[in-house]
Amino acid sequence: MVVRRLFRDSAHLVRPALVLVACMALFLVVRSAIIPKAFGQYGHYRPGALDLVRQHPIAFAGQDTCVMCHDDQATVRAAGKHAHVACEACHGPLAQHADDPAAHVPKLPDVADLCRRCHEKDAAKPRNFPQVATAEHSSGMACNTCHQPHNPHL
Amino acid sequence: MIPGVDGFMYPNEVELQWSVLIVLYPYITGLVAGAFILASLERVFNVAAVRPTYRLALLTALAFLLVAPLPLQLHLGHPERSLEMYLTPHTSSAMAMFGFVYLWYLTVVLLLEIWLEYRTEIVGLAQSTRGLKRWIYRALTLGSYDVSPAARRMDEKVGYAVTVIGVPSAFLLHGYVGFIFGSVKANPWWSTPLMPVVFLFSAMVSGIAAVMVLYVVCMKLRKTAIDMRCLDTIARYLFYTFVIDFTLEMLDLIHRTYESDESFRSLDFMVHTRLLFSHVILQIFLGTLVPLFLLAANQLWRYTEGTRKAMYMTAGALTLVGIFAMRWNVVIGGQLFSKSFLGYTSYKMQLASREGLVAAVLLMILPFVIFFVLVKLLPPWQGGKAHEA
Repeated sequence: MVVRRLFRDSAHLVRPALVLVACMALFLVVRSAIIPKAFGQYGHYRPGALDLVRQHPIAFAGQDTCVMCHDDQATVRAAGKHAHVACEACHGPLAQHADDPAAHVPKLPDVADLCRRCHEKDAAKPRNFPQVATAEHSSGMACNTCHQPHNPHL
Repeated sequence: MIPGVDGFMYPNEVELQWSVLIVLYPYITGLVAGAFILASLERVFNVAAVRPTYRLALLTALAFLLVAPLPLQLHLGHPERSLEMYLTPHTSSAMAMFGFVYLWYLTVVLLLEIWLEYRTEIVGLAQSTRGLKRWIYRALTLGSYDVSPAARRMDEKVGYAVTVIGVPSAFLLHGYVGFIFGSVKANPWWSTPLMPVVFLFSAMVSGIAAVMVLYVVCMKLRKTAIDMRCLDTIARYLFYTFVIDFTLEMLDLIHRTYESDESFRSLDFMVHTRLLFSHVILQIFLGTLVPLFLLAANQLWRYTEGTRKAMYMTAGALTLVGIFAMRWNVVIGGQLFSKSFLGYTSYKMQLASREGLVAAVLLMILPFVIFFVLVKLLPPWQGGKAHEA
């Protein structure tokens, strides 16, 4: 009798519970429909994303490709402090040039802007890293007037 | 020299990544949590005097809760991506877990409590209104028209249980916001385990102040007498919470000063220069000490009704400004100094951009629009008798 009365008086409370359960069920259905089937196969991401990344056009030719034609510059560079700076770090992405050197002739970098990206004086850089206050150091002269970029000795 | 930068900044520190919208987010969430805590005073802690603000506090909490995620979504730029945290949540992401806390708080706590509280009125209005309103109220009944005394007693019991669950949920909701900042270990301005606790108490302070101000404004607009016993009680609880909040903030300050780690000189300099106005003047003096003094004076001496109202309103408004300044100082202040401790940048708020002043003002107006609609739909004025404990 008491139990029956309890059920009768609380019958209306079942309705918000049902709404909640229905919303959760709808969420689970939508979730299973939206999430790609292979999600989580390699980690917390969609494996198809890897294929999408692979479809991007290749911009950088890579060190080995550059050296195939420009071995003279590579030899000079290998002897100096820029030995471990890749060609395209300064010259920019040149995959198109490597594919068709005649059709895509790269522009030489603007040294006034390029060198100071790494060598501008900055308190945050290690003390033994070569750095200068460019405005005072060169008075506007291009860096390669004195320095040889591929092997930057004086 | 970069304009607005003094000393040395790392390149990625010059421009602030978190704008005024990220200031609004903890502010709005805090108002939700605080308003709910005030509502729980009557329901759980048997403070019958604040009954006139019970429904008002619930509707305030709901209006602000619905707006709480919007600043984040606007900041994201791709608001649709925020749903990913529900679809593929990562358990190591505090943000993703917050999404579930938010949903829990919205559906299981706030909406359910409001529904239980208003059921008699909803059923009555579903039968007495016409047209679209009738359909809205009929939908809100969820098909149940049983408002017998026995059913209402059951509502009371369940409502009480929901509020009891709601109090730690409100703590969780806002404690989380403090956690998000407190857990950024690379930032000494944020990284303190006190952050969630400070955020929680400042949330309670702002929410109680907001409901107090809203109550007085609503009563003025409706040309209805203000229940001074209720107002005095809210002001008293605001004072108690504020004392705890201020003590915690001072504890944090004293601890930082005594500890004086490698970041201290830099942070100290920032507080005395770039944050002088927003931190020392707005947050500590105008937003904390003045309202605390006004509230404390009312605990010590008796004033006339008119004077008390003016003092409470001034204290409430200043408190809301002060807590906003606190959020500003945390979010913006934490990005103004370099992690090298060698330089400072500045924040220039944009005007009419996605994260500018206009967007922020509109986002602050929106909860009041929602509140207005909610009050029209579910009038909080005929509050009825106090809940049975």
